[in-house]
Amino acid sequence: MASRDDIKFLSNPKIGNKRNKYCRFRKYGIKYIDYKDSDFLKQFVNEQGKILPRRITGNSLKYQRRVATAIKRARHLALLPYTTDLLK
Amino acid sequence: MKQYEVTFIVDPVLSGDEAKATVDTYISMLKEAGAKIIHIDEMGLRQLAYPINRRNSGFYYCVEYSIESGEIINKMELSFRRDERIMRFLTVSLDKYGVQYNDDKRNGKIGKVKTKEEKKAEKKEERERRTAPKAKKEQKPKAQEVVEEAVEEIIEDVKKVEDTATEVVENKTEETTNTDNQE
Repeated sequence: MASRDDIKFLSNPKIGNKRNKYCRFRKYGIKYIDYKDSDFLKQFVNEQGKILPRRITGNSLKYQRRVATAIKRARHLALLPYTTDLLK
Repeated sequence: MKQYEVTFIVDPVLSGDEAKATVDTYISMLKEAGAKIIHIDEMGLRQLAYPINRRNSGFYYCVEYSIESGEIINKMELSFRRDERIMRFLTVSLDKYGVQYNDDKRNGKIGKVKTKEEKKAEKKEERERRTAPKAKKEQKPKAQEVVEEAVEEIIEDVKKVEDTATEVVENKTEETTNTDNQE
């Protein structure tokens, strides 16, 4: 019989731990999302420059919409790329 | 009165004076239409995220103004389109939060977002600050070290005793096996 210390987890035990998501705009009272602030908008974009979904960012619907429009405006002005690799 | 904000990219090939002249024409155009210019933000020469018209950089300008009617916007955008020196433009109407945000930004209330590397550097500094006083504390308790040394000596003695004991036991077992074989 294997002793208690020899037992290894077949799956990562941290996976089960849910971290509570929250909308940072509501929490910190951010009312306006600036399309010119590309560094801020990069937080809501994946490595290929795609907009991250709400289930990952945790934004409320209202602010997710505003983030999306801000990112699209930034893309138009070439502050953010439409598509790339290794954005971050 | 409604507030608008127009951002546009001027061709980087132009010299500084030419670029300024183009910006001035649009500002004078706005003023003629009765707009009140609130702020002109020169964001300077920036790298584009993707090439536009085979250019990889551009002068960014952002003009904030308030005006009664939005008719001028169409006229201005038309002239932007016709102007070869303007690479991109975007006109946005600001809500009250946008106006507030721009005010705060001008007054320096809004800082830049910290990147991960900057955060890491800050954390390192904090750690160094915390560890520095700790190192001083460690030097003080000498009595503890003395005790630890004494404990180590005792452990070594115990080990020696144990070794000799195991040797004796092994010898005995060997003897017994020998006797078994003989029988």
